[in-house]
Amino acid sequence: MTNKTDPSGDVRLTGIAKSYGAFTAVHPLDLTVPQGSFFALLGASGCGKTTTLRMIAGLEEPSAGTVFLGDQDVTALPPYKRPVNTVFQSYALFPHLDIFENVAFGLRRRGLKSVKKQVDEMLDLVQLGEQARKKPHQLSGGQQQRVAVARALINHPKVLLLDEPLGALDLKLRRQMQLELKRIQTEVGITFIHVTHDQEEAMTMADTVAVMNGGRVEQLGAPTDLYENPRTTFVANFLGTSNFIEAEVDSKSGEDIVLKAGGGKLVLPGARCSAPTSTGGRVLVGVRPEKISLSHADDAGEIPEGRNRITGRIADSSFIGVSTQYVVDSPVCSDFEVYAQNIDRDPRLVPGAEVVLHWNPAHTFGLDAAQDADAGVEEAV
Amino acid sequence: MPFVNWLKRNLVVLAGLLTLGYLLLPNVVVTVFSFNKPKGRFNYEWQQFSLDAWKDPCGVSGLCGSLSLSLQIAFWATLGATLLGTLIAFALVRYRFRARGAVNSLIFLPMAMPEVVMAASLLTLFLNMGAQLGFWTILIAHIMFCLSFVVTAVKARVMSMDPKLEEAARDLYAGPFQTFVRVTLPIAAPGIAAGALLAFALSFDDFIITNFNAGSTVTFPMFVWGSAQRGTPVQINVIGTTMFVVAVLFVLVSMVAGNRRNRHKA
Repeated sequence: MTNKTDPSGDVRLTGIAKSYGAFTAVHPLDLTVPQGSFFALLGASGCGKTTTLRMIAGLEEPSAGTVFLGDQDVTALPPYKRPVNTVFQSYALFPHLDIFENVAFGLRRRGLKSVKKQVDEMLDLVQLGEQARKKPHQLSGGQQQRVAVARALINHPKVLLLDEPLGALDLKLRRQMQLELKRIQTEVGITFIHVTHDQEEAMTMADTVAVMNGGRVEQLGAPTDLYENPRTTFVANFLGTSNFIEAEVDSKSGEDIVLKAGGGKLVLPGARCSAPTSTGGRVLVGVRPEKISLSHADDAGEIPEGRNRITGRIADSSFIGVSTQYVVDSPVCSDFEVYAQNIDRDPRLVPGAEVVLHWNPAHTFGLDAAQDADAGVEEAV
Repeated sequence: MPFVNWLKRNLVVLAGLLTLGYLLLPNVVVTVFSFNKPKGRFNYEWQQFSLDAWKDPCGVSGLCGSLSLSLQIAFWATLGATLLGTLIAFALVRYRFRARGAVNSLIFLPMAMPEVVMAASLLTLFLNMGAQLGFWTILIAHIMFCLSFVVTAVKARVMSMDPKLEEAARDLYAGPFQTFVRVTLPIAAPGIAAGALLAFALSFDDFIITNFNAGSTVTFPMFVWGSAQRGTPVQINVIGTTMFVVAVLFVLVSMVAGNRRNRHKA
């Protein structure tokens, strides 16, 4: 592993922005990616994530702002003078060169004469030593992807940029390459900045994820933080699924906020609320479908005290092996989603049954009610 | 029935052989008659085998001079048209500029226009400008009509080229010049080569436009046409056969070289 205190591989963007005529692709943006981290820019297509990446690579000129690599201002440097390499979405392997020459390209351009040893080592790292003399079109998609990674990594860049590098692979290969890339990153210790629209991919691979929407960073944090404590409805919906209840602030008890929704009361930890909480204010109460337990209305008495609860009727249920997904119609929210593990299946939980939904208040999060509760639903994959 | 089945299985081969025969038969006739010893001035009837013409290919006055002139014009026309055509093709594919659409269609006009019309209008133009007809007017005309073909060939290649490849090169420490020499040019090369070959072939055997704009200069096709009025020397067949053999050798050599390179790399 590399020395974590060495700041030469930090990427710092200050006030970086890009507009094309009247269209603003990236709004002024500040971002710091520490040396040696695996950073993901996550968002739907057109959210500005690729533009941000290309500005770091030097392939796109920012309309405003500065790009720092370590302490060096590289904003004005052309791409061939930046110690940064890119793995392109389409791989962009040179079709007229064989695999060996593709990987050696960067070394040769920097005037190195004896490249054989380095190239052979790099091809071994990505397990392609046997394919050195083949042309790119003779390789499979996964192999081409590994050549693209090798071609970039051999230059020992300060930062490796990955532009949706797994987008063209099928699901199984994608999972395999995610682990492979993570392994390589741990091995070489280079800063990786990974652009993707696949939230699972971002969460599996990255230490830190920045969720982008409409040219802005909506929220930045560790994958678990983003998932457990989203601060906007876009993040809540784009990363997984969320249920929202519109509620009114009733009172405060210690660290917790008590809210009124429909006829009942819900408890929300104050630290997990990103909305203003003056009494009478409106808050969107969110909870993830897998945090919720489902009990038949007849068993309501057995639910422990201190849990948030709402009542409803099962509208639909679908059995998908490891879990069953229910859609519950409740007075406070018309289609509440609940994922229940198939450990002990209650035969009474069928469409039409009256049920009580209950969950630990610690899993509740509160968002500003002024925003669209469905933001990011369409874009999520 | 067995015959019908045999026919079904081999129909493609049969059709292929017939097509090849159709394409190559004229060449065979030219070659065979280059060994003829005609009685009169015309080489249209087989008399007897002879190597006379092959021993003295320049034996007819004016033939080798016209051949040399045609080769020179073809060489310069190819060079000029390929250079200009490649630049035009890149400009048309890569850059957005005013009247790009118009240029795109106008560049095809020389290909679509009847040659004789173009020849006559060129002559009018040259005469009005007071240009002296000869080598230069022929060369200008040839570059002009070869241009469209080169542009078409190169454009097809450049259009199918992923612009990300050049970005990748720049990302991998290649400056603008290195990017062009190491990536852009090698990838566009087959298109450029195809354009150049087309240009050479078109220029070498052009008759109509050349005839209008040559003045007193005589190119090889004009020489052949001229002698066909009075009698065809066997040497014409000798030159024709040689050209054919050179072309075939050229193709064979490039195929062998390509195969060897692939085998070496595999």
